[in-house]
Amino acid sequence: MNHPEERVNALDIRGLRLHLPGAARPVLDGVDLTVAPGETVALVGESGSGKSLTSRSALGLLPPGATTGGSVLVDGEDVLTMGPDRLRALRTGRAAMVFQDPRAAVNPLRRIGDFLTEGVRRTGVLGKADADRRAAELLDAVGLGPELLRRYPGQLSGGMLQRVMIAGALMGDPVLLLADEPTTALDVTSQAEVIALLGQLRERFGTGLLFVTHDLGLAAAISDRVHVMYAGRIVESGPAEALFERPRHPYTAALLAATPRLDARPGRLAAIDGQPPDLRQDLTGCAFAARCPYATGLCHEEAPGPWPVACHHPLEGNPADD
Amino acid sequence: MTEAVLQVTGLCRAFGSVRAVHEVSFSLPAGGSLGIVGESGSGKTTTARIVVGLEQADAGEVLVRGRARTGRARGRAERLARAREVQMVFQDPYLSLDPRTSVEAVLRETLRLHFPGTDHTTRIRELLDQVGLGTRAADALPRQLSGGQRQRVAIARALAVEPAVLVLDEAVAALDVSVQAQVLNLLADIRERTGVGYLFITHDLGVVRCVTDEVVVMRHGRIVEAGPTTEVLDAPRHAYTRLLLESVPRPGWDPDRIAAARRAL
Amino acid sequence: MSAVLTRRPGLGRLRSARAPLHLACLGFVALVVLAALLAPWAAPDDPNAVDLGNALAGPSPDHLLGVDAAGRDTLSRLLLGARTSLLGPLGVVAFSTVAGVLVGLVAGWRGGWLDSVLSRSTELVFAFPGMLLAILIVSVYGEGLLAPVLALAIAYLPYVSRLTRSLVLAERERPYVSAYRVQGHSAAQICLRHVLPNIAPVVLAQSTINFGYALMDLAGLSFLGLGVPALTPDWGRMVFDGQTAIQHGYPLSAVLPCVLIVLTVVAFNVVGERWADRVARRTP
Repeated sequence: MNHPEERVNALDIRGLRLHLPGAARPVLDGVDLTVAPGETVALVGESGSGKSLTSRSALGLLPPGATTGGSVLVDGEDVLTMGPDRLRALRTGRAAMVFQDPRAAVNPLRRIGDFLTEGVRRTGVLGKADADRRAAELLDAVGLGPELLRRYPGQLSGGMLQRVMIAGALMGDPVLLLADEPTTALDVTSQAEVIALLGQLRERFGTGLLFVTHDLGLAAAISDRVHVMYAGRIVESGPAEALFERPRHPYTAALLAATPRLDARPGRLAAIDGQPPDLRQDLTGCAFAARCPYATGLCHEEAPGPWPVACHHPLEGNPADD
Repeated sequence: MTEAVLQVTGLCRAFGSVRAVHEVSFSLPAGGSLGIVGESGSGKTTTARIVVGLEQADAGEVLVRGRARTGRARGRAERLARAREVQMVFQDPYLSLDPRTSVEAVLRETLRLHFPGTDHTTRIRELLDQVGLGTRAADALPRQLSGGQRQRVAIARALAVEPAVLVLDEAVAALDVSVQAQVLNLLADIRERTGVGYLFITHDLGVVRCVTDEVVVMRHGRIVEAGPTTEVLDAPRHAYTRLLLESVPRPGWDPDRIAAARRAL
Repeated sequence: MSAVLTRRPGLGRLRSARAPLHLACLGFVALVVLAALLAPWAAPDDPNAVDLGNALAGPSPDHLLGVDAAGRDTLSRLLLGARTSLLGPLGVVAFSTVAGVLVGLVAGWRGGWLDSVLSRSTELVFAFPGMLLAILIVSVYGEGLLAPVLALAIAYLPYVSRLTRSLVLAERERPYVSAYRVQGHSAAQICLRHVLPNIAPVVLAQSTINFGYALMDLAGLSFLGLGVPALTPDWGRMVFDGQTAIQHGYPLSAVLPCVLIVLTVVAFNVVGERWADRVARRTP
């Protein structure tokens, strides 16, 4: 396995397959993904692409009845084979998650202080005094004052609450932070604040960050590497900038073209016709073939290899840029 | 210049001590498309709800085709007349349709209310066709449809009344990018074909750029900047508009600077 | 451009069908209802035919479940008793549901002072014990099924109206209600065509549970000798009549109606709870 001198990846997903009862094909079909300590990796996709399932699998949060294959290593240890006790320890310690809607992820009747210290105190990692001190430190780190500890979630704005959630995620000093659309429920200007904060914290604590989003622009703006998912497979991976400027998978290109951009001309968008494949249909060949303008017979028959562009006919980068 | 189909002047609405909407005025030319941009708490949704009549204004006036629609509607005729002036498409396609009513029943119900005594079958097919839904969708219940399809049904329902103005309250915000593009294109086609005016409530500046001619930027219940969309987006005059524009993530984006600018404002 | 229609099956359909207890209870409810419907034909004897020579006899081919102290066939009385014992609660549930839904709908939809008046007055009924109210009305109106049914219906009304009100409050905030208002539909149309059908399953599930309680309350009243006229076969009345027989060591004619009452109440509760659970889980 890993040599001792090598740094263990915060997250190392290898060939993850996830099958749900009643589905004709795997919901996740051979997902490979790594997040090094201190690195930001974005996972981009539309709803139903499997991006949230992938990130949740890192915490062992699988839908009922799911069967899995492959491995999900967090800090070098396989989550899929862990027992309930070790999973609980993992979730309050080495891996943590920030959810999309901070209001839905917090008990409105408990004070912020209780919310922050609950996990570490229950697992006995820290005593009450230490836990309170750490909570105040982390609130300070996310730009909030210690007086918030005594407040209730209802007294905070969405942006403030999401910062509290981030502080809460950092309580157990995680090596891996999973952020599942953490800014989608926020205003555009508070989004920038939360993103800025995540960036600072990642540098300061050396946490690996897996950022799940539907927004390619956001993914490109904040991450080192981007993985684009479609129908349970990663279709394209690469450095954020390159992927944004010169997408090679037709799906990535189509997604970019369909996004209403600020620098675009007004008028019609290049919409992607059709819809993502239904889970009850088995797939032969490339999942995007039915919607792809470049698809040939081969695309409908044989699934393309995974790396780095899962496509039989990848687009050439714009030669003018090369 | 074309005559304004929707004229809003001096709209005010307070909830307790909070001025949700304060002195808001704008006008929408016939067949035009006006965007109202702002963050949560900017008063954009309250403004939209006053325009459609779901909320009452404390002061100010809403005129559609020169006719006032302030105060509560009295009587059936007034109610129907107002419905034919302004229709609305809501944000959440999962909640804005009655879960027990099929697509066809939704449309039939509306047509029966507004155009009684005529045969609606052809019109229903026409409406479904107009929003890009096949007749196969007619019998479906909302839970059998995807988010994009539901939003098409909601649009068809609003168009069934043949309104002069269509208010779209974050109508594409809940949709996936590829579906959102389909719906935005559909909306552009419909405007071209029917000449309905759009009042587009959104927080997404990319969407504003894509579908509106003019834009109004709201903050804390007031209008901070208004003008033709390209002008406002290319050369914003107000600091808040600039902040909004800079907040849109793109490669090379500096969230730290935006966060600082937000605190300064 | 035409979008492809996709049908998404709810995850609920993947869930295993039904629990054995629920199935048994459902079967029992069906059996009791069937017995009540077919009683006049199914009963082997006239329930009021007195055969004093056979009084307190045990089960025999002539009288499958024995004979009570007055010499009447227990099986026939049980079968015909099912009619009164189910009809009473049915009346209670029907009246309390219709009136309760009406009150709750108006209170929840209109809000304001009307809501305050309606809610406070139903709370007043809440504060008054239902049985006491029933005894009071029966003592004023005398014998007959109508008085106790009416009394219990009034006592049960607040449960239904309060539930309906809270459901309507949640439902009217849903955007689809706003959508219909914008379309020009009147409040009454929206309430009747959309709000009511959407909340109906929850209310009806609660009413099924109420049915069990009403059955028990009515049986209690007739055990006290209130309500049901002396000769009408009724389970509660049979328990009362059978008391003396128990003292003489012949418990069958009193124990059987007891068992039936308990089983029916439990069965209705289980079926109702299960229904309520399923409705609650079903999201749009």
